[in-house]
Amino acid sequence: MSDIQDRTRKIVVEHLGVEEDKVTENASFIDDLGADSLDTVELVMAFEEEFGIEIPDDAAETIQTFGDAVKFIKEAV
Amino acid sequence: MFDLSGKTALVTGASGGIGAAIARALHGAGATVALSGTREAPLQDLAGELGERVHVTPCNLSDREAVNALPKVAAEAMGSVDILVNNAGVTRDNLFMRMSEDEWDSVIEVNLTAAMLLSKGVMRGMMKSRWGRIVNISSVVGSTGNPGQANYAASKAGLVGMSKSLAYEVASRGITVNAVAPGFITTAMTDKLNEEQQAKILTQVPAGRMGEASEIAAAVLYLASPEAGYVTGTTLHVNGGMAML
Repeated sequence: MSDIQDRTRKIVVEHLGVEEDKVTENASFIDDLGADSLDTVELVMAFEEEFGIEIPDDAAETIQTFGDAVKFIKEAV
Repeated sequence: MFDLSGKTALVTGASGGIGAAIARALHGAGATVALSGTREAPLQDLAGELGERVHVTPCNLSDREAVNALPKVAAEAMGSVDILVNNAGVTRDNLFMRMSEDEWDSVIEVNLTAAMLLSKGVMRGMMKSRWGRIVNISSVVGSTGNPGQANYAASKAGLVGMSKSLAYEVASRGITVNAVAPGFITTAMTDKLNEEQQAKILTQVPAGRMGEASEIAAAVLYLASPEAGYVTGTTLHVNGGMAML
């Protein structure tokens, strides 16, 4: 389980160029991690590829924080 | 100049005069091309003429399922889609007062909605590779209007608005989105006009002649090239001075 969290965090760190310790459960991609709306689209694309899952557009809109992402991915894989 | 070696391009409406000229120009600059169109025979003929680095990917653009599948088919054939040229277009002219909903819908569907769906379909690959070119073929009538063509003009003006909005969104990812707006070009469509009609049109064209499909293709080639990387959201009018916009 923590494996998913680590892999997800790694993607966020690489994509947004933020410090690893900033990527906390409640960190909002846009408000706390400096992502713009297109970054969030790219993050979702990267999650889909890393975990071989499909994240539909309406679900993607609900993924606002790092915790949201991990939760969604855990349920989807 | 304008070397597209190693790039891949999907051209819709490649069975028509302008689309075929665009495919020739991109292929001539070194790109691998996927030729799309409704009629397969002319696509195969063009593929035979071009030789290597060519794929034939027929698609009926009024069939949404087929439209959504096309970017994947093209990417599987070529490895990627770096350049998308939304060239396909249909007309169903009628006086506005007599225009049916079906005449309106079918033109918007093929000319505008299919271009949106295809652009969306190729965007993921372009975002990942941080490089992409979308060129939408509009028309001078999208800017000037034309009696009997409310549906066609709306679709062509719509392409310009869509291009600009998308250009904003993806500019930071190395992707440009532009339009080319042809004026009166020698094609099968304009060959149907009689001499009198053609002469009347030419009185409005300062250049005093019809344009050639290859002159549209040259504009597309430029916008697809690495050299045009700083050009986005624009419309390149190729109309012999008919409308100076």
